[in-house]
Amino acid sequence: MVAALTSAERQSAAVILLVVALAGLAMAILGGTGPLGVHGVLVMLFAGALVAVVFAGFYAPEPTEDRPTRYYDDPIKVGIALTMAWAVFGLFMGLWVAAQLAWPSLAFDAAWSGFGRLRPTHTTGVIFGFGGNALIATSFHVVQRTARARLAGQVSPWFVLFGYNLFCLLAVSGYLMGVTQSKEYAEAEWYADIWLVVVWVTYFVLYLRTLARRREPHIYVANWYYLAFILVVAVLHVVNNIAIPVSLAHAKSYTVWAGVQDAMVQWWYGHNAVAFFLTAGFLGMLYYYLPIRAQRPIFSYRLSILSFWGITFFYMWAGSHHLHYTALPHWVQTLGMTFSVMLLVPSWASAGNALLTLNGAWHRVRDDATLRFITVAAVFYGLSTFEGSFMAIRPVNALSHYTDWTVGHVHAGALGWVALITFGSIYTLVPALWQRQRMYSAALVELHFWLALAGVLVYVFAMWNSGIVQGLMWRTYTEEGTLAYSFLDSLVAMYPYYIARAFGGLLFLLGALVGCYNIWMTVRAAPHAAGRAADAPQPGGAAAVAGE
Amino acid sequence: MSETGERDPVSGRRTTGHEWNGITELDTPVPRGVLMFLIVTHVFAVLWWVLMPAWPLGTSYTQGLLGIDQRATVERELVAATARRADWMARIETAGFDAIRADAALMDVVRSTGARLFGDNCAACHGVDGTGRANYPDLTDADWQWGGGPEAIAETMRVGVNAPHPESRIAQMPAFGRDGMLDRSAVRSVAAYVYALGNPGYSTADTIDTIEAGREVFLTTCAACHGEDGTGEPAIGAPNLTDDYWLYGGDLQSIVTSVHGGRQGHMPTWDERLTDAQIRLLALYVHDLGIAEP
Repeated sequence: MVAALTSAERQSAAVILLVVALAGLAMAILGGTGPLGVHGVLVMLFAGALVAVVFAGFYAPEPTEDRPTRYYDDPIKVGIALTMAWAVFGLFMGLWVAAQLAWPSLAFDAAWSGFGRLRPTHTTGVIFGFGGNALIATSFHVVQRTARARLAGQVSPWFVLFGYNLFCLLAVSGYLMGVTQSKEYAEAEWYADIWLVVVWVTYFVLYLRTLARRREPHIYVANWYYLAFILVVAVLHVVNNIAIPVSLAHAKSYTVWAGVQDAMVQWWYGHNAVAFFLTAGFLGMLYYYLPIRAQRPIFSYRLSILSFWGITFFYMWAGSHHLHYTALPHWVQTLGMTFSVMLLVPSWASAGNALLTLNGAWHRVRDDATLRFITVAAVFYGLSTFEGSFMAIRPVNALSHYTDWTVGHVHAGALGWVALITFGSIYTLVPALWQRQRMYSAALVELHFWLALAGVLVYVFAMWNSGIVQGLMWRTYTEEGTLAYSFLDSLVAMYPYYIARAFGGLLFLLGALVGCYNIWMTVRAAPHAAGRAADAPQPGGAAAVAGE
Repeated sequence: MSETGERDPVSGRRTTGHEWNGITELDTPVPRGVLMFLIVTHVFAVLWWVLMPAWPLGTSYTQGLLGIDQRATVERELVAATARRADWMARIETAGFDAIRADAALMDVVRSTGARLFGDNCAACHGVDGTGRANYPDLTDADWQWGGGPEAIAETMRVGVNAPHPESRIAQMPAFGRDGMLDRSAVRSVAAYVYALGNPGYSTADTIDTIEAGREVFLTTCAACHGEDGTGEPAIGAPNLTDDYWLYGGDLQSIVTSVHGGRQGHMPTWDERLTDAQIRLLALYVHDLGIAEP
């Protein structure tokens, strides 16, 4: 890690870390024994541990002159390790909260372990911890390979990676202490949010500068999606998190938005977090690792253009479909609904483009579990985008809203699409990155695939059933004109589905553990002798000049 | 672009001529089906915009040809739903309890509708079937702390027990031991006496002195509320101590605990959450629970 940095870079890394540690000290002093103080100590420990790493390698030999002729893969390797660690944590927390719904005594009567606090540790753990690290790691890989250029920074990739993980740690540990903005998927409080802005702007600049260095005349589609992800998430994060802290010494803040405007801003954020974090970024992944793994050209460049601009334009309008039949004016709901319907075709065009790319490679899908991960992910992407547009139609939403159907839909997307494409990409990336011929065990990839697929299917079918049963029970009337079921009746009816859902989650978690073991054994194996001589940036000036 | 690309042997299409780390793209035109489907979704959207409230116009918005608005729709549906229930609801609200109980058809409505109301409002404490649990009364038996007729039940629901309501039913069993009104031996002896009321077998040669001492304490301290014979007084919420139903436990140790620390049960008021008719209906339902169970 540190050996690849020049001594000047080592100094700047140490200075940055000391500044972060000082910020932690300030938080600790201001916050005292409150959550802000605890987080101050956490920031100091985090920065201190990294300072120790930097100092340990401070007087190591300088990197050789030929450093720019190699891709910068160290941050990607650490990013993959962090991705898998967050996957295990986030999936375990998901399993725990799922089990709490079936067996409430698993909350153990403590404040920190109640459903309300654990649930955001699950959502943040999987979306931001697992998904976010996977996006950062793969984006660093994809942008270098498709630009044939080394990352445009030596310290900044580490800053982005570790800074982002510090944000995730602050968020998750805060929830356990009861620190929350009570905004779904934006629960982290003001100081963590400000820190994420710093990290994210660095990420954006790093990405743009790397693209500007490219030795290819054109920017590949995957980079369009990664860039859309980075840019839009920055905008969403800033607007939704504008808040005024109670004081600089206190973790609590209040949002500047009020009433239905607050709800609209929150779900504009929430829906576009799904769109640009969980969709655009992972489409970037799909556009690189699918053709690499399938060894096929992308089916249609023109279809890529149509779906990219369709997705980026239509998604922006669709957030209000989360607020059907609420205080939000009817006309805003209409716009959200109709744009969601128009969004379907660009979404399906992406999924179709992916699946048609496999024409001529279906025998590989049959034989190669890694490519099957990616293929099934594209199928789930198509399924859940259809489902999303369908559920956005107001009369359908009247049945589905507030039920487990929503939960099932989210997990069809999050497990079936996001997690499967991530595992498929990681299984493609790990042997390439560590210069191994293949994963340690193809059989374990196969086992992971079937565990994951079975887990998703059990989960999603359980939630479809429970959601629709719930929705119907809540809206059934007797002849006398009163409700036919009490809420408790519907809870009793959910019980078997909640057990099934927890079981599906358990299968998915087991699959991820198998994956961790397989990756670990692959990394430990001896490097492949042949290496990858061709896997290097284009020397400067030899190819077309960037930006032309 | 196709003039620069190679031809892909599988699809027969040419690539766009670009290559990124081995990745190429075919120059396949957008399939006609995609364009058709795109048009269909757009036509659907435009039609919906024309028919429904859709686009903002400064301080107003396009109202849509159908003139539908969600707020008006809800109000209309609420009126219709109320009208649908109006017939039997009016009779629940105005007829006497005895008259309603004599009307078998109306009591069927009470039983089916009451079960939902009970499930949504009462079951969290009293259980889905109304049998209660520790510290929450069983509503299916014949033992009633505040009276078991429909009128008394409706009144308990309306004002609550030890609730902030100005007319709330108030019943506080003092903490005789903790607050120093009775010493330890008095607490023990009166508990023994009360225990023996419902368990005559407890009275033996060994315990008779304690029980007798407890009787003295009971008559001077407890009888004012629970009555000289210990059968209680529903008008003030003093429970019957001679039967085998115990809200806070009927073993000797639980009785000692109750005498020592007192008891202040709480039931919320329902007059703001439920309508008069709903309270009356629930009172009938709860009363009926007690009759249906032997």
